[in-house]
Parts: sequence; C-alpha cells; structure tokens
Amino acid sequence: MNEQEQEFYSRSTDSKYGKKIHKFTRTKESLIKLFFTLNGVAALIFIILIFIFLFKEGFRALEHIGLLDFLYSSRTAADGTTKTIFEWYPTSDDPRFSLVPLILGTLMTAIPATIISTIFGVAAGIYLSEVANPKWKEFLKPLIELFAGIPTVVIGFIMLVIGASFFNDLLHPDNRLNAFVASIGLSFVIIPVIASLTEDALHSIPNDLRMASYGLGATKWQTISKVILPAAFSGVSASIILGFGRAIGETMIVLMAAGNAANITSNIFLSVRTMTATIAAEMGEVSQGSDHYYSLFFIGIVLFTITFILNLIAEIIINKMRKKNTF
Amino acid sequence: MKEIKIVTKDLNLYYGNKQALKNITLNIPDKRVTAFIGPSGCGKSTFLRVLNRMNDLIDNVKIEGEVSVDGVNIYDKNIDVVNLRKNIGMVFQKSNLFPKTIYENIVYGPKINGINDKKTLNEIVERTCVQSAIWDEVKDRLNENALSLSGGQQQRLCIARALAVEPEIILMDEPASALDPISTAKIEELIHDLKQKYTIVIVTHNMQQAARVSDMTAFFYLGELIEFDRTTKIFTNPSKKQTEDYVTGRFG
Repeated sequence: MNEQEQEFYSRSTDSKYGKKIHKFTRTKESLIKLFFTLNGVAALIFIILIFIFLFKEGFRALEHIGLLDFLYSSRTAADGTTKTIFEWYPTSDDPRFSLVPLILGTLMTAIPATIISTIFGVAAGIYLSEVANPKWKEFLKPLIELFAGIPTVVIGFIMLVIGASFFNDLLHPDNRLNAFVASIGLSFVIIPVIASLTEDALHSIPNDLRMASYGLGATKWQTISKVILPAAFSGVSASIILGFGRAIGETMIVLMAAGNAANITSNIFLSVRTMTATIAAEMGEVSQGSDHYYSLFFIGIVLFTITFILNLIAEIIINKMRKKNTF
Repeated sequence: MKEIKIVTKDLNLYYGNKQALKNITLNIPDKRVTAFIGPSGCGKSTFLRVLNRMNDLIDNVKIEGEVSVDGVNIYDKNIDVVNLRKNIGMVFQKSNLFPKTIYENIVYGPKINGINDKKTLNEIVERTCVQSAIWDEVKDRLNENALSLSGGQQQRLCIARALAVEPEIILMDEPASALDPISTAKIEELIHDLKQKYTIVIVTHNMQQAARVSDMTAFFYLGELIEFDRTTKIFTNPSKKQTEDYVTGRFG
C-alpha cells in the first residue's frame, strides 16, 4: 500500500459514508416486504380456493347425475316410445337437469344485449375519442363509466317496473317479462363497458396516423372509418367480447326482467331463464347435499368456463394490440 | 425569379395568448425547393402547417393575415379545407404510414378521392413508387405490412403516398431528421428530382441539408422571418447579422 492509499483508508474513521445500518431499520424493511407479499399471495389463494370449491362441489353432481343428463333426459312414455326431453325441472319427483334451456336463455339475453351495446357503445366510444372536444370528454367519460357502477339490482328493478310496462304497451310481447326487456336492461350495464374500452382503444392510436390521413385530404369520417377503426380493430373487438362476457355473467337484471320461465325458444318476446338467474333463485331453497344442490354448482362451472374463455380471448387480443401499437 | 406559387402577407399566428409567428411576408416560388431554417421553436414548422391549414386541427390557434396559393386566399371562410389538403401534400418528421400493406398505403389517398379502378390504382402505385425511388425495393412485396420496411424506406413510401393524390405543392417537415446518412442522401436526391414537377417547401434543422437541396432559404428566429433569399446568398453572403451568426454556427 503506498502512501496515497494509506491516507485514503485512514480517512474511514471520520467519513460520513461509513454509517452502519440500524438493525431495526433492516427488520422493518423486511416486515413491510412480508406484509405486501402475504397480501398479494392471499388474494391469489382466495381465488384459487373459490375455484377449487366450485369444481369440487360441481363435479360431485357428475357422480349422481351424469354428464349426458345435463344435456337431455330420456323418458319412456306409457305407450313404450322413448322421448328426449330438454327440461330444467330439478325439483320434480322425476327430476330433469337439462342445461339446454338455461344456456339458450343466457344466449337469448346476452346476444341481443351485446348487439345493442355494440352499436351504441362503439358509437359512444368514437364520439368520446374522435369527436367530442377534450373538456367535454373529460366530463363525459367518467360519467359513462359511472353508469357501469350503478347497482344492477336498481337497473333490474327499473326494467321490471317501468321498462317492462313501457315495452308491453309499445310492442305487445307474448310475455310481459321477456328476453328482450332483459337485453335492454343488460345494455345499460354493457354500453358503458364497451364505450369506455373502445375509447381507450381509439385513443391509443398515434395521432400521427390522423395527421397522415388529414394531410392526404381525408375527411374526419373517412379518417375514422378507414384508418382509426381498422387500426383499433383488435381493441374494439376485445371490448365487445368483454361486454359479452359481462352480459353472460350478469345476474340481477336477468333475474328480475327475463321472466324466469325455462323456455326453449327463438322468440325474443318470450320469458327465458338464464344460468345465473337459476343459481341465484334456487340456491336459497335447495337442500344442501342434494342432486339439485350439486347441479347448481355445475352450472357455476359452466358459467365460469365460458366467462373465463371469453376474458382470456379478450386479454390475448388486447395484449396483441398493445404490442402492435408500439412502433 | 420563377413564377410565385404561394404568397403570405403579414401573417400572425397565436397559440392562445402566445404569438408564435410575427408578420411573416414571404413569396414561395413555383417548382423550386424552398427551405425553412432556424433554431427549435422559431416557428418554422408552425409556418409550414399554416400552408395546408394543418393548424386548424389544433385547438386555440388563431391566424391573422393572408395566405394565397395561385392567387386564392386559402383562409377564406368558404374554402374547402379537405380539397385544399388534397392539393398540398405533406410529409412528416416521423414516418406515419398506416398499419396496412404497402399497396394500401399508397392507394389510400386516391381511393378516398373516388378512384376505385384496379388498373388505375396499380398504375398510380407504380408511378409514385418509381418517382419516389422505392419501386425496386417494394415491387415484389406490395402486399406486405408497410411497417416492415426500414425507416428510410418508410419515409420514401410516405413521399410516394403524398404524390399519389397528385398535389402541386409538397410540404416536408424535417423529412430526414430521423434517418441515417445514406437514407438522408436518398431523400435529398429524391427532392432534387421532384422539383421538376412540384413546388417543395422543406423545414430542416440541418443547415448543410438546406444548402444542398434548396434554391431559396428562409431563416426564422423567435417567430419572425429574419431573411429570405437565394440559398447561395444566405449561406455565403447573408445581409443580416443574425442569419450569419446562425449559418456559421455561432448560435442555434
């Protein structure tokens, strides 16, 4: 060690860089870290537990009922002919567990609701992103998103009391409460979802593209329809898929407004019964451990799977979009 | 001097309360390259966007004075801005191709102008690509995504796209500032070829580039037009002290 270095190391006694870390500080840091780790893991564990419980109870149904019985029931009539019955009638002495009317009922409300919401939601998204002036948008977008937060029981109640009567007088449907009324109610929830996500998708398109289009002499509408919407296509479709997923999983509105008769029909003006409404309406009265009880959990599995797949598709599309838009 | 294409008289532009351009009076000659130079924030890009009313798209912009192209005041309230922009093409600093195929990028302009005949569109694609010196590089991959091209190719494709609507004037906002020297040289060569048929106005940060490509040069500083003259004069014997200081690199 030469003189210079010796001098350098002798400084350490009164250096301000040499302060030792307090033991308490170190413990505190690791406790904070542990706290957040536990919380994060706990959230995940709860979801997994729900998942396990749902599947455990749901698959019990298969031991007693069998997968085919959830599709249809075969009954031999008095004259010896075999009939295939698609009925949900779990409380009968001769219980039938076909999910077909329930799945159809879900689709009969969710599909029209998604179509209506796509038209209005995408239009609203375009308005917010491309047409409205920024100040107006700052006010409108939170307002629209607030709509999505209205308790669905309120919307269901409004549809049950006011909406159903209004459409009853206007269209004279077969049933006062029907798939159409429920679809309208669902739209109130899904339009904000689609509008908000569509706005996000359009807003993420770089402004350069708009400038390029205007610079070539395109009108505003040409720019929107030929450049912005195609560029945001994946994002807009993801918003529609998420809206559809929401429509399938929605419970209170369809429970109150769809009429709850498990009809198999393509007539939108007839009452239908959805999977969600069935679980909500019957779970309170079912005797625990019965076939009926487990079959309700099985409906839960079906619902969970459908919405999980839809969300997964939307998530993949949105991720793809994010990558594409980073030039 | 050649015929005059664009005239601006006493042009003032305000962003809100801030004045960005002060009393700009300038005659831009036809079928020549006119370069705007000056330090960042001097108003040269803003002035370029005045010429095709691109500033209309920005909120809070107020414009006073007169801008005439071929004797027509383009800020007259009855002017069809969409039609105006068809006749004044623009190339931006950053390539802004649409996320579509190369072919679709070029035919976008003609298509929105109502040209749908496949044969005509094909001819336009070939003509504009040849004009913008990119044909050999893209002719076998017209149906590939335009964003798969290199930066320099993308910028030349932007020029081809601008040419496809057959403008008479092409505005270029620092078209080569994000490119490597070889691509820059290609763009400059291209500008040189294009001035046979088009009036070109180019904003550039690069003084050597202005000296190489332009016939006329305008020097802007703090929103004012300091000097406007033949490029050779601006770079060898400027009449204003500020211009001399800038082109010799004493500030800016």
